[in-house]
Amino acid sequence: MIEKAPTRPADAVTVTGVDKVFSTGKGEVRALDGIDMTVSAGEFVSLIGPSGCGKSTLLRLIADLDEPTVGEIRVFGKAARRARVDQDYGIAFQQAALLPWRTVEDNIALPLELHKVGAAERRARVAELIELVGLGDFGEKYPDQLSGGMQQRVAIARALAEKPNLLLMDEPFGALDEMTREYLQTELLRISAETRAAVVFVTHSIPEAVYLSDRVVVMSPRPGRIDGIVPMQLGSPSSRSDDIREDAAYFEMITAVREVLHGGAPIPKGVETR
Amino acid sequence: MSSVSLARSTRARRKGTQVKRWLFGLLGLVIVALVWEGYKLLGPADGFVIAGTRVLPRTSDLAMPHVWDMFSRLFEPVTSAATARPLWLEVAIAATLTLGIAAVGWLVGLVVGIGFALIMQRWKPAEWSILPWIILSQTIPLIAFAPVVRSWGSRIEIGAFEWEDWMSVALIASYLAFFPIAVGALKGLHSPDRLHIELMRTYASGWWQTLVKLRLPAAVPYLLPALRLAAASAVVGAIVAEVSTGLQGGIGRLLITYAGQASGDPAKAWAPIFGAIVLGLVAAGSVALLGLILRKYRRSEVTA
Repeated sequence: MIEKAPTRPADAVTVTGVDKVFSTGKGEVRALDGIDMTVSAGEFVSLIGPSGCGKSTLLRLIADLDEPTVGEIRVFGKAARRARVDQDYGIAFQQAALLPWRTVEDNIALPLELHKVGAAERRARVAELIELVGLGDFGEKYPDQLSGGMQQRVAIARALAEKPNLLLMDEPFGALDEMTREYLQTELLRISAETRAAVVFVTHSIPEAVYLSDRVVVMSPRPGRIDGIVPMQLGSPSSRSDDIREDAAYFEMITAVREVLHGGAPIPKGVETR
Repeated sequence: MSSVSLARSTRARRKGTQVKRWLFGLLGLVIVALVWEGYKLLGPADGFVIAGTRVLPRTSDLAMPHVWDMFSRLFEPVTSAATARPLWLEVAIAATLTLGIAAVGWLVGLVVGIGFALIMQRWKPAEWSILPWIILSQTIPLIAFAPVVRSWGSRIEIGAFEWEDWMSVALIASYLAFFPIAVGALKGLHSPDRLHIELMRTYASGWWQTLVKLRLPAAVPYLLPALRLAAASAVVGAIVAEVSTGLQGGIGRLLITYAGQASGDPAKAWAPIFGAIVLGLVAAGSVALLGLILRKYRRSEVTA
């Protein structure tokens, strides 16, 4: 008899048999259907798929911003709600969502302030984080004085303020231009290597998912379900650099993800895909 | 251009705009004076009468004193008595009393208005049940209930505390002032994005923390215009309440008294009117000062 393996506390996220149904005026919408997924501690996992595939919904469930209709989500072996209350994760959205009346420093300090971290410790931690995201001279600036990329870096620093072991990111670079985007991707690899946090990263860009991830979870819409999980055979993300973007193995991985995304069938050459 | 010289020229340009704004403000005053004197000079002596109703006033010195007469009258004594103070001083003293009462009314309105807004933000059913009454409250004419407030107030006596007439006036002023504050604050408290609310939720913040760190600061840009409106309302409310409760010493009383003397001294009746205008400007200006102190909360949000 094979015993069901107990949830190892080493896993950052375990999603078991999760359905999410939204009831709208026009009836019920099945946003997620039978989702099973595990993210190990320190692992970088991307969720990718066309819009409406429920990848953001899944992230919101992990963050306990919404509850699954059926199934269970555990974060570091705890219920998602407990993990949220215990501040086990940091989160960053597509918009930086900085408070406009707070300086960069005060924005990063917000979660620390809310959780009654002493002023001296707060200052030290903020200085550390500003250094980590490379915003050394901008601590006193207000968000409206920063570029979009810089605002997003502040948001990432804020997400890391309480040294979470899990970072949840919902298309954090989606609104940025391509150059800033590539730069921040490499920055994120460095940061996640330094902090050793697990990352769940929602994106609709295949190259972005491939470049960043240990594994890419490919999802499809109506109802949102997982089509396949593609491990990236590119070495650990922390050892990657921009050079890899021109590597043959990188393109192989992009092709692999695309094939799953398009229902397993090989994609004819010259066809435009997202 | 270096960033320093760019900043300097921006500052210089802003200063230039400031000066221009003052000049245009003054120009507005001059135009009003010119229209006044122009009509007085060229208009028919009996004014314009349409179907038995006078739509424009007589141009006599009694109905429309010269601008300079009204101005110079300010510096003459109030009465012919030897001890009489100059008119402007008498008006200023009365205006100060009214301003003080209006300020008390404004403060009470601030507390009550924000209190209502907080209750309505906290409990949605409260918003549905209270908001219509708040709006309805403003449809009751002031002069209808001013005497009622006064007569009720005169019966209040708790220990050493005795209700004084000026408190009735302040209460009526607060009745006008609380309305824009309640509505503005409610809108402001509701103003944060869903994203910010959810962010606070990920921090496991309760209602109070979310209020202090997010909702109240976000409400400031909505609150400031409401506070300015409330300041003007408090002044109007105080003056009207002074008249209708018969409170002595304020500018409302002067308006009535001097209007009664207008047949003999037409320019004098205008002095408390100017006083009331200055009063409103001072009240609104004080709120502008408050806006300056709170200016970091007025930064516009820029999304990535």
